[in-house]
Amino acid sequence: MGKALKCDLCENQATVHLTQILNNKVHKVDLCESCAQEKGVTDPNGFSLADLLAGSMSEEIETNSNDTICPICGYTRKDFRKTGRLGCPECYEHFGQTVRSLLDNMHKGTRHCGKIPTHVQEHLSYREEVSRLEEELQKAVEAERYEEAAEFRDQIEEVRKSRDKAEKDGR
Amino acid sequence: MIIKPLLKAKAELTHGNVSKCPVVLSTRIRLARNLAGHSFPAWARPEQRREILSGCFELAGDVTSLKRGLRFDIGELSDLEKKILYERHLISRELMSSREGAGAIISRDQSCVVMVNEEDHLRIQVLRSGFHFRRVWRTIDRIDTGIEAKLPYAFSRELGYLTACPTNLGTGMRASAMMHLPGLVIANQMEKVIRAVNQLGIAVRGLFGEGSDASGSIFQISNQTTLGESEQQIIKRLSSVLESIIEQEENARQKLFESERIKLQDKIARAYGILSNSHLISSSEAMNLLSLVRLGLDREIFSEEYRANLDRLLIECQPGHIQYSAKHLAESEERDVLRSAYLRTEFEKIPEPDFGKIKRKRTSKD
Ligand SMILES: [Zn+2]
Ligand SMILES: [Zn+2]
Repeated sequence: MGKALKCDLCENQATVHLTQILNNKVHKVDLCESCAQEKGVTDPNGFSLADLLAGSMSEEIETNSNDTICPICGYTRKDFRKTGRLGCPECYEHFGQTVRSLLDNMHKGTRHCGKIPTHVQEHLSYREEVSRLEEELQKAVEAERYEEAAEFRDQIEEVRKSRDKAEKDGR
Repeated sequence: MIIKPLLKAKAELTHGNVSKCPVVLSTRIRLARNLAGHSFPAWARPEQRREILSGCFELAGDVTSLKRGLRFDIGELSDLEKKILYERHLISRELMSSREGAGAIISRDQSCVVMVNEEDHLRIQVLRSGFHFRRVWRTIDRIDTGIEAKLPYAFSRELGYLTACPTNLGTGMRASAMMHLPGLVIANQMEKVIRAVNQLGIAVRGLFGEGSDASGSIFQISNQTTLGESEQQIIKRLSSVLESIIEQEENARQKLFESERIKLQDKIARAYGILSNSHLISSSEAMNLLSLVRLGLDREIFSEEYRANLDRLLIECQPGHIQYSAKHLAESEERDVLRSAYLRTEFEKIPEPDFGKIKRKRTSKD
């Protein structure tokens, strides 16, 4: 006779066994009666495997990581494990490892490829412009084309200045 | 009553006259957005919540589509008002039971709603009757960009829009369609469809109830994942699933009307009979019967001009709306009496079923 399965969330014996397919991956969850009730597993609409996974998986990671509290908002990893939610946008920096480990099971990919807010886009295009110019500068220096290099240096300076001015003006 | 102007106004969902589609009742997109540098609503202190609420009302409310909209703090509304807004899909259950410092802005035609301090600081929603994802996306994209110019969002290049729950990361977008699927329900194929669709990362839930036999045969179908695809890719993927469901629904109906025509005609005629004559009818019975009449209408058993009436009745037969028309919190049995009376008057306007057209259609095809 096989060993009785333990509940994924507590120490009790599991009596509810679930299989759900998310993004073509099979996930098995074993729960005791009371955890199943609490997680709303009995109500198929209220039940989200993603929430459940957030609860059980972050526990494993907690032991081998030291950052347990968000310095910005005071939210703890324990809070995250309990609610499946974060405290503030900065929490994603501080609990990044925990969150990233869940994303693969939760989503189609782990990198955003949709809309980008205008202010971020402007910032990005500035950075892209600077790094392009820096590359040109490097090439020019290597080829000992110093006149050209000086030109690129001036251009970089100009882009930086115009950004600083824009930031001061509140944009 | 604060929401009175909304109930009087012609709303997208109850009076929408955009090209109607037999299977897709409405399309909706919602975006989850948060303000940079602020705790998410559930973790924010009460004074922070109030500050965010008034800031969002002032700045988001300034965006063109919302300028003349109705705005309220959820605490200002009675339980009945909240229930009505919920039945119209204008606010969520979460906002309904929210503590202080949460609210919403609802546009005049009710096609656009911004909920403040629900799970996220902002939940922007745009809804249109019929099957119109591209149009809805264009509208909500514009509104979102308008709000973003005034309120800096929490965003990361890697994870996209940062949301309180990691399940909404990336685009923060949930696109959904409300579908009327009586053919698949009667043919007992709904369970199979739900299983197949789930595997593609698409969620199905009954609108007025649970599981595969939701009352009214109305299902809400939406994307489950938000990160790793662009908004356009998600919409494209969801749309192709919807199109295949529409096709399966039409096939199921076709087969049913071929193999069990008399049985089906009987069901539709009885539904019409009960709706025009009952004196005691529950909300779920009403939904089921209205669904059958709507199926009949798609087969030209009833005239197309009554489609809007039926779609409106599907909303107005819910408990909150009946209570509102009763002007008090009527008990369940009293509601059933009121509902039946309301349906009787409404069905006086709708002529009896005409099964002749079905036969004519068959012979002309042969
Ligand atoms: Zn347990
Ligand atoms: Zn935090």
